[in-house]
Amino acid sequence: MPPFEQIVTEHGAVVLRVCRAMLPPADADDAWSETFLAALRAYPDLPPGSNVRAWLATIAHRKAIDRHRAAARAPVPAGALPDRPSPHGIPTEPDTGLWAAVRALPPKQRGAVAYHYLADLPYAEVGRLLGTSEAAARRSAADGVAALRRSYAGQETS
Amino acid sequence: MMITEPDAAFLAELTGPAADLSSLRARLAAEAEREGLLDVAYRTVGTPAGDLLVAATPRGVLKVAWPTEDPDVVLEMLAGQVSPRVLYAPARLDQAARELDEYFAGRRRVFGVDLDFRLAHGFRRTVLDHLPDIGYGSTASYAQVAAASGRPAAVRAVGTACARNPLPVLVPCHRVIRSDGTLGQYAGGAEVKRILLDLEAA
Repeated sequence: MPPFEQIVTEHGAVVLRVCRAMLPPADADDAWSETFLAALRAYPDLPPGSNVRAWLATIAHRKAIDRHRAAARAPVPAGALPDRPSPHGIPTEPDTGLWAAVRALPPKQRGAVAYHYLADLPYAEVGRLLGTSEAAARRSAADGVAALRRSYAGQETS
Repeated sequence: MMITEPDAAFLAELTGPAADLSSLRARLAAEAEREGLLDVAYRTVGTPAGDLLVAATPRGVLKVAWPTEDPDVVLEMLAGQVSPRVLYAPARLDQAARELDEYFAGRRRVFGVDLDFRLAHGFRRTVLDHLPDIGYGSTASYAQVAAASGRPAAVRAVGTACARNPLPVLVPCHRVIRSDGTLGQYAGGAEVKRILLDLEAA
């Protein structure tokens, strides 16, 4: 079994992309940390020959959903909050309009784009993560990419 | 031209370049330590004898590896023999790094950092227990260490125990030399053994 440090090196960037596709930057960083902490806890029991990236994507997916649920339960502030420095330092990537566009996709499309295009998982695995069929996952990914293409083209001409 | 391929420009923008994960990784190491999940922490320590890889469990320093050992192989060994929960986490090794710095600067004669001997078993462990009896600046022969370890005939086994010492420098196998006064072998290289003994003789 490889040292966990190697797992972080190999899959850290992919997991961050999946988190960024689901959550705004500060939340994405938190979800990344929660994902790898949970993975570190379970790692010694991971069966040999497992698809590590799919395993991490599954955990990241669950953590992102938890954060969405927590955000939905949280009270909505009445007015604008003052900007505060993030407790986690500088965000690891600029939040370009494109990431915001990915997050704005309907959940199934967003998930399919994140897992297929950003995490490079096969559609069968994507379908399993999203609770749909392989064919439906393929269709969601295509619809999501089409929507992103429109918003990306819009950005370039603006 | 209509872009229809999945490697369209915007997807390339989403998938690269790789983000700098160093602050997230540092945070993971700190949280892992706090949660009791950091079974093996490691870092490198620069010395006049080269960069040492130093690893520790919560009990103490577990392994000091010379540049002659491939760090990937060392970490894989630790993952297999101790726990796969291995992370680059310098904080746990602050004291060890400080003491090694002081030693190589000639300002420290005895190490106080806690040690974890779980990588040495049986007679090899017995030999390691006796090595700190050889004081800073002095040497003993393999035969003398064999006698002190209760097996006077096991001179060759003492050589093996020294060669496979998981905690070189901290446990002073470099102070064990041949009965004819020549230095004998050293896992870090004969040159490094010379550097350490010259340092202690200064």
